[in-house]
Amino acid sequence: MEKTKHRRRMRVGASALALAGSASILAGCGATATPGNTGTPTKSHGRIQITFWTAYSGQLGSDIQHIVNQFNASQKKYEVKAVYKGTYPEVLSATIAAYRAHRAPNIAMVFDVGTATMMDSTGVYVPVYKLMKQNHIPFATSNFIGAAGSYYETASGNLDSLPFASSTPVLYYNKAMLASVGAKVPTTWQQMGTVGQALVSHGKAKNGFTIGWPDWSQFEQFAVWNNYHYATHHNGYTGIKGVKLLINTPPFVNHIAQLASWQKSGVFTYDGRESTPATLFIDGKVGMYIDSSAEYSAIASGAKFGFGEAALPYVAGAPGAPQNTVVGGNSLWVMSGNPSATYPGDAAFLHYLMSGSVQAYWATHTGYVPVTNAGVTHLTNNGYYQAHPDAKVAIKELTNKPANSWTRGIRLGDLPQIRNIENAAITAVFAGKESAQTALNAAEAQGNAVLANFASQY
Amino acid sequence: MPPKLKGMRFLQTSLPSIKEPGRNEGSDRGRRKTRTSQRGLFSNRWLPYFLLLPQLLVVVVFFIWPALQALVESFYQVNAFGLGARFSGISNFIFVLTSGTYLYSVEVTIVYSLLTTLLSMGIGLLVASQVDKILKGRAVYRTIFAWTYAVPAAVSGSLWLFVFNPQIGVGSQLLASLNIPWNFTVNLTDAMTLIVIATVWQQAAYNFLFFTAGLQAIPREVLEAASLDGAGAFKRFWQVIFPLLSPTTFYLLVMNIIYVFFSTFSIIDIATQGGPHNGTDTLVYRIYQDAFQNSNTSIAAAETVLLIIFVSALTVVQFRSINRRVHYQ
Repeated sequence: MEKTKHRRRMRVGASALALAGSASILAGCGATATPGNTGTPTKSHGRIQITFWTAYSGQLGSDIQHIVNQFNASQKKYEVKAVYKGTYPEVLSATIAAYRAHRAPNIAMVFDVGTATMMDSTGVYVPVYKLMKQNHIPFATSNFIGAAGSYYETASGNLDSLPFASSTPVLYYNKAMLASVGAKVPTTWQQMGTVGQALVSHGKAKNGFTIGWPDWSQFEQFAVWNNYHYATHHNGYTGIKGVKLLINTPPFVNHIAQLASWQKSGVFTYDGRESTPATLFIDGKVGMYIDSSAEYSAIASGAKFGFGEAALPYVAGAPGAPQNTVVGGNSLWVMSGNPSATYPGDAAFLHYLMSGSVQAYWATHTGYVPVTNAGVTHLTNNGYYQAHPDAKVAIKELTNKPANSWTRGIRLGDLPQIRNIENAAITAVFAGKESAQTALNAAEAQGNAVLANFASQY
Repeated sequence: MPPKLKGMRFLQTSLPSIKEPGRNEGSDRGRRKTRTSQRGLFSNRWLPYFLLLPQLLVVVVFFIWPALQALVESFYQVNAFGLGARFSGISNFIFVLTSGTYLYSVEVTIVYSLLTTLLSMGIGLLVASQVDKILKGRAVYRTIFAWTYAVPAAVSGSLWLFVFNPQIGVGSQLLASLNIPWNFTVNLTDAMTLIVIATVWQQAAYNFLFFTAGLQAIPREVLEAASLDGAGAFKRFWQVIFPLLSPTTFYLLVMNIIYVFFSTFSIIDIATQGGPHNGTDTLVYRIYQDAFQNSNTSIAAAETVLLIIFVSALTVVQFRSINRRVHYQ
């Protein structure tokens, strides 16, 4: 999941390309030229080249380039080439097409929701934990902060990919606006309603609050944070066949119905998918906003008022809540089928990314959280969190309690499609077209069909 | 002429007219002349095929071959990476047709294409017939009304999205000041209105160009004769001009519908992403979502095959039913 503004702009370019016709691209014409992998690795200036496909352009693109440059300068054997391949779905499509054409990159950046698709395609990738072992680099799932490790680990607790850019949803609030109605920062959903109502009644804001990435924050993260069950088989972590969604159970139905009634009374307003609603918060039209912690820099550069970051509201009375949130973002996959001489280079580069200083650079420049314990220690020791207490909120949520078997994350095939289905359902509810129960029943049935179809491929 | 050849005639009469707008008197004789001379043009009977080869190659490589691939894949169950492909009969088609939203997508596509086609052809014809009457500065008007077609669909989508963004758009603020509620992220009618406006804005220019060409091909003496017979402007249009324009109108009807069915991806992707509650999830956008967002090429292949069947059937119906009423000069 990418939470930056440039995403929408990239969409424009992407659409133009996609115009080329769906039928022709379907057949796999998407494979674009990459350095040839015909047995011998490509060398430049005597160095072995490592191709790294990313979804980063703009500011994130230069941040990742900085890290890559530092790695290239730190040794003489390998040269990593970061290549921007479009949005997350485009990077995954390109990787798939390239793999099918035997021209896969060395390392591919795959978004969180693509994890099951990658992981279940055994043989397509070299599991990172095995790669590290082969190259005698000390590596363990416990090197990563709890929620990042548990989100990406396999059933046996190993990491097939390297957790990289990670964020989690938080609550942003307009300090002056909340103070003007004498409200404290809400910690429960009930308080969200009360504070939101106060803001509207006092005419301080058009609406109380809005929500970014509603599918991610109000279904997936809502489930783990409140210790609810999102899907059977531990949200898909312990099985592929027979997994069924549980999003039409009372916790979700009540929550969506509550949001719908708040939408009616003006306490809440729905304003689209991804981070589109951030504009409302930045313009002071709402007093509170739930979105990814990685949205911080975008909000900070736009907002002309003091704002704070707080933990997500939880459902008061839910057993075990608040539990823990999980990461969203991406992990890095080492693709198979490349010249054997490149793999030690992949290992060296990934190991470099785990270091405290690289993680610290990445976190402080982008708003993502450091994913390794080394990164957190580095930032704690140099006093960053003391100067920026808000930056600690996301880490606190992720590590609030150790993840249990139901709160490691959501591991479902075709998850992007399930998110589309969830979005269709909630917009039907918010438009007053369907009741929460009817809409979520339909979503559950459609989602289960998608899961069954995914399972039938294995 | 046997009915089979009617389709070819339709291409001959409507397409070249844009290149030679002045063509009117004696055109029939001229055409016959070229046709007879074509026979003796090539000394070797294989030469024409050889000259056609580059174009045929493009068609085969980029259209026929992928379409066949899609047809094959639609009967297979394949993992995203092409692993474990196995024949699965019509299970992909069953999955698509029973998904609970496919028939709704068909409905959405039909509504969208009808609205877009009627509006853009209506506006195109209205503007073209008005510009045709202007004597001074006709070229200027033509450029003004045609330029929107040169705007890429992606840019057009962004532009309209920007104007009608529910929160910050100028258009939305104007609507708000008129007390008209507007939020296409939730309201289906608003979302459909937005994409129809954005599509019509572009397609009307395309239709304008063809109608302009069509109008120029109408012999002046026919109109003069109608005037002498006492036909007013209104009567002249509906009883003389409109029937004579029918080849162009028919061509545009087919092209507009095919365009909406196949090529309106970018506007939807930029403005609504198929939402709210699947209300703008057209057939072609579904294919994109399944193939590129969900990495499910088998399902997307089945949807592609269904779409091709659907559009082919529609085109055959159009040729059979409407083409009979088209008057070719």
